[in-house]
Amino acid sequence: MAHQDEIRFLLNGKETTVANPKATLTLLDYLRIEQRLTGSKEGCAEGDCGACTVLVGRLRNGALHYETVNACIRFLASLNGCHIVTIEHLSGPNGRLHPVQQAMVDYHGSQCGFCTPGFVMSLYALWMQTPMPSAQQVETAVQGNLCRCTGYEPIVKAALAVNEYGSPVNDHLTQERADITARLTALQPEGRVETGPEDDRAILPHSVADLAEVLASHPKATIVAGATDVGLWVTKFMRPISPVVFINHLEELKAITLDDDALTIGAGVTYSESEEAIRDAFPHLSEYWDRIAGWQVRNMGTIGGNVANGSPIGDTPPVLIALGAEVTLQKSGGTRTLPVEDFFIDYGKQDREAGDFVACIRIPRATAGQIDAAYKISKRRDEDISSVAAGFSVTQVDGTITAARLAFGGMAATPKRAANAEAALIGQPWGAQAFEAAAQALSQDFTPLTDWRASADYRILVAANLIRRFHLEHDTTTDAPVRLAIA
Amino acid sequence: MKDNTTVQGAVHQDLKHDSAIKQVQGRAEYTDDIAEPAGTLHAYLGASNVAHAKIRGMDLSRVRSAPGVVDVLTADDIPGVNDVSPTGKHDEPVFPTEKVEFHGQPLFAVIAETRDAARRAAELAEMDYDILPHALDPVSAHEAGMPLVTDPLKLERGDVDGAFGGVAHRIQAQMTVGGQDHMYLEGHIAFAIPGEDDDVIVHCSTQHPSEAQHMVAHVLGVPSNAVVVNVRRMGGGFGGKESQMNLFCAVAALGAKKLGRAVKIRPDRDQDMTATGKRHDFVIDYDLGFDDEGRIQAVEGQFAARCGWTSDLSGPVTDRALFHADNAYYYPNVRLTSRPQKTNTVSNTAFRGFGGPQGVIAAERMIEEIAYALGKDPLEVRKANFYGEAGDGRTLTPYHQEVEDNVIGRIVEELEDSADYQARRKAILDENAKGGIIRRGIALTPVKFGISFTATWYNQAGALIHVYNDGSIHLNHGGTEMGQGLNTKVAQVVAEAFQVDFDRIKITKTTTEKVPNTSATAASSGSDLNGMAALDAAEQIKERLVTFAAESRGVSEDAVSFAPNRVVIGDESVAFDAFIKEAYMARVHLSAAGFYKTPKIHWDRAAGKGRPFYYYAYGASCSEVAIDTLTGEYRVERTDILHDVGKSLNPILDKGQVEGAFIQGMGWLTTEELWWDDKGALRTHAPSTYKIPLASDRPRIFNTNLADWSENREMTIKRSKAVGEPPFMLGISVFEALSMAVASVADYRECPRLDAPATPERVLMAVERLKASQ
Repeated sequence: MAHQDEIRFLLNGKETTVANPKATLTLLDYLRIEQRLTGSKEGCAEGDCGACTVLVGRLRNGALHYETVNACIRFLASLNGCHIVTIEHLSGPNGRLHPVQQAMVDYHGSQCGFCTPGFVMSLYALWMQTPMPSAQQVETAVQGNLCRCTGYEPIVKAALAVNEYGSPVNDHLTQERADITARLTALQPEGRVETGPEDDRAILPHSVADLAEVLASHPKATIVAGATDVGLWVTKFMRPISPVVFINHLEELKAITLDDDALTIGAGVTYSESEEAIRDAFPHLSEYWDRIAGWQVRNMGTIGGNVANGSPIGDTPPVLIALGAEVTLQKSGGTRTLPVEDFFIDYGKQDREAGDFVACIRIPRATAGQIDAAYKISKRRDEDISSVAAGFSVTQVDGTITAARLAFGGMAATPKRAANAEAALIGQPWGAQAFEAAAQALSQDFTPLTDWRASADYRILVAANLIRRFHLEHDTTTDAPVRLAIA
Repeated sequence: MKDNTTVQGAVHQDLKHDSAIKQVQGRAEYTDDIAEPAGTLHAYLGASNVAHAKIRGMDLSRVRSAPGVVDVLTADDIPGVNDVSPTGKHDEPVFPTEKVEFHGQPLFAVIAETRDAARRAAELAEMDYDILPHALDPVSAHEAGMPLVTDPLKLERGDVDGAFGGVAHRIQAQMTVGGQDHMYLEGHIAFAIPGEDDDVIVHCSTQHPSEAQHMVAHVLGVPSNAVVVNVRRMGGGFGGKESQMNLFCAVAALGAKKLGRAVKIRPDRDQDMTATGKRHDFVIDYDLGFDDEGRIQAVEGQFAARCGWTSDLSGPVTDRALFHADNAYYYPNVRLTSRPQKTNTVSNTAFRGFGGPQGVIAAERMIEEIAYALGKDPLEVRKANFYGEAGDGRTLTPYHQEVEDNVIGRIVEELEDSADYQARRKAILDENAKGGIIRRGIALTPVKFGISFTATWYNQAGALIHVYNDGSIHLNHGGTEMGQGLNTKVAQVVAEAFQVDFDRIKITKTTTEKVPNTSATAASSGSDLNGMAALDAAEQIKERLVTFAAESRGVSEDAVSFAPNRVVIGDESVAFDAFIKEAYMARVHLSAAGFYKTPKIHWDRAAGKGRPFYYYAYGASCSEVAIDTLTGEYRVERTDILHDVGKSLNPILDKGQVEGAFIQGMGWLTTEELWWDDKGALRTHAPSTYKIPLASDRPRIFNTNLADWSENREMTIKRSKAVGEPPFMLGISVFEALSMAVASVADYRECPRLDAPATPERVLMAVERLKASQ
């Protein structure tokens, strides 16, 4: 069967077709080198500085959503049927500045100006979604944007003032919504899309069933959802990854189901898409979720990818393990489900058979007496990789601890539970003594590494202190603060 | 100044950055945005993966045969001199021939049809090394007997040894201060276009176009007049592009001349961070004597710096550390020595403050030592040690320059009041006394910073102004624009001089073709030097215009004046445009080259005496933090700043410099950590691993004010003061506040001796250390 062998999208106002692009062509290189749209900048090529931020509009269940992404690690081939909006598309006719741009000028938000287009795009997305944000919402929106000149103060002030310059109601992306939706609908492929040469092949399956088929015939394919990690394999390590199977367009993998027992999240659901459901079902993850990478990465990265990737320092595995989450793997032969903690076998080795792909993650809801917490320790509060991450789930019945799941990232070659510390808790009366014993037991559970994020000594100490913090936070005898205020 | 009110954009006005509108639209052009001529090639550096080795062989055959590769450049391809050392020490080969001296050292350059092809090919070299032992930090390098990269400096005054004999209290200790990557958002880049004969044009992102020009000429073996270096703007510099661009310019130019095609070189962020220098880390040993009141009686300090494999700018950087080891304090007896230590790391370089911050933080550590030893508020100790007023015998610096313009007392007093320091400190002490997990700290720290290049000959500048016969003005000067708003400020000076609106002045790229032999845009000197040079050029043209006006109307020259957008000649008032046209028709020369050199300064390095600085800039900041004693995490709750920029050329731009510098200084001392593994590889080499502050790290409350009463007592441009570097050191208040919060766990009886950067890990480990010693 002949597959579509070109990638079609809207670039700013223009319908654009790229014939047979290679899988690893990044959106940023395409924009800067092939289209000579040089407003988006390369600052790091790893999704950490935000100078390349652009908007991507995509149809989800027929509705058009715009999100910021890092063009430097986003592969062009994954944007079939999308609307790519760059900084060049913001100014009005006659060069009139967009409200975000005018606010940035008036509040002196640019100095060297190299990060500025990226900030403008992040603030544009924020204003469309939240026209009158709080300072904290602004900070969250620009977690993925670095500025080395201004110290951010004028940028935040500009962001808080944007709405005084104009309302998103009058913005051209709002006004053209119906038209863009229609144009994107017409661009959706009829079937599988395959492009690029053999050694740099991109495959966009048409459905989950098609995905299973593709993987059956290409068991060594690299599955790419958000490209927030695989993007770096290309831009940083120049690693060959062909064939690449993109799945971020598959709506079937984007289901979020909340019932009385569990929250089930499809493998293609991004951090941002799951945010609301996570906050509802697991309020203790609310703050933690905002500290996963920056906004652009949360718009791209998926929980499924975070699990499938198996990194010992991934943000979600410790909290998923603590909650007793399960992962469902699928292939053409059928599905199997296993606890997330069993999925991680060793460093870089997961229980994924040839042809398997992660279909969904199921997270059971708390039962009576269960207390949950999630902690992330990193050098910088936001947009940093954890030195230690922890998910705790402790159940007490009538003052006795009946169950305990203490899971840690950054402490071993895989995300792992602290068996000795858990044992020190179970069966004990809830209180300082039990938690102190658990904290002390932790050194039998882990022998962490020293690296650039933290020393082994700090990791062990801070991990033990997180157990102490957990107790203090849930100690009803005192109301002294045990954590720093968020805002 | 009342007569300016109708000129839009004259001096002392809040004027937006001249490129702001282009920047927010993504239309401001950076080097990588310049349209490439057909046939442009791309270069990439092949780098070492060992820290120290003798090169036995370098097999580049796989590199040469890789897809897309056009050529490979090694030391053999250099027609001139294989050296890009900025201070003429001849110790920095473009490509080494004998030895590798740090992990990540450029060894050769691949030139290919695309950047991607060049980058992939650069990985394919097969190196044959005899591995040699390496030393990464100044202490182990010293122990291993490695040499200094340049001559050390000694500053001495008074009878140090005698004074230590009579001190009431004496403390000897050590402080380690980490380095810092510049993390300019735009990395290094050079783009060379070959011309006829020996000519080559290099577009690049350097703070020092003249040096880049001279280096390219030196490497190509051609006179400087064959080389043009152009810089429209940089995406940040911070000192990182003062000398470090030389290599990239040289490689691009070599390739362009060898192959007759345009060649661009742009390292990726990782190579930018591993192959180019950073702020020097220091290990500081101090010996301190003081009396019961907390007054310093004697200081001895040794400042050892990780300089890396070459001297680069390490001499003047380590000198400046000593020049600032007094900060704002009078040391009656003092001996300071530098140890610019060679190490097997990338050669460290200029970074905002240029060694000064490392000196200042040592002074502040000594203040803390005194405060904790005597149970005093560190602010009280600071005040007791400030430089005095003329005649009180407390104005002489360790380098024998009189402090004549001291305003630190007033600055600190005003800030103490506006920040409500005393009441907040008391509230914090009370809160901490409850013994909670969360502890708070507050600190008010001063800064005094010397302005001028300590290399006296650098304190010169040129400018070129053309007035075209339609009345439009073309301005060029030797300074470079890296975001600081230099072009805006200099244009304001010219607008003021001619009494014309700012929009009439065209700001143009910096180019070695228009103003020769310029100094780096560095040492905070950009507006001081180039503003004066531009003013000189404007005054020359004005003088000719005045003469012409007086002669043409038969009035005296006193009867000619420049009013907003007009020229007044006797009773007549002529529009500026019309008057210029008239002057042109009368054959008046409407172009002038201006020049400026800073007066009064002199410096005898061998004697350690002189007046290296024209004047001082002052400031103070007060920060409050909260720390979590279980994890070491912290938050900056509030910062108040009062900073002295003299009579500001542009208050809003200066405020932007102050805020930005504070955050950058805070980053240096908190989350920005450089970490090498035992093979000598820098492992924090991109923003994923090297963490500069984010918007959410800035203080929850952040009040920044300029000391609007201040005016430079020296004859600087419009009585303003330099602003680039001094406020960087305001970040120290955050570090000192963290220290106080840590000290609370031992009831402030012990100086926490926090090393920098104070990562959450260092904070927690200090908390544990202090708890354990109780």
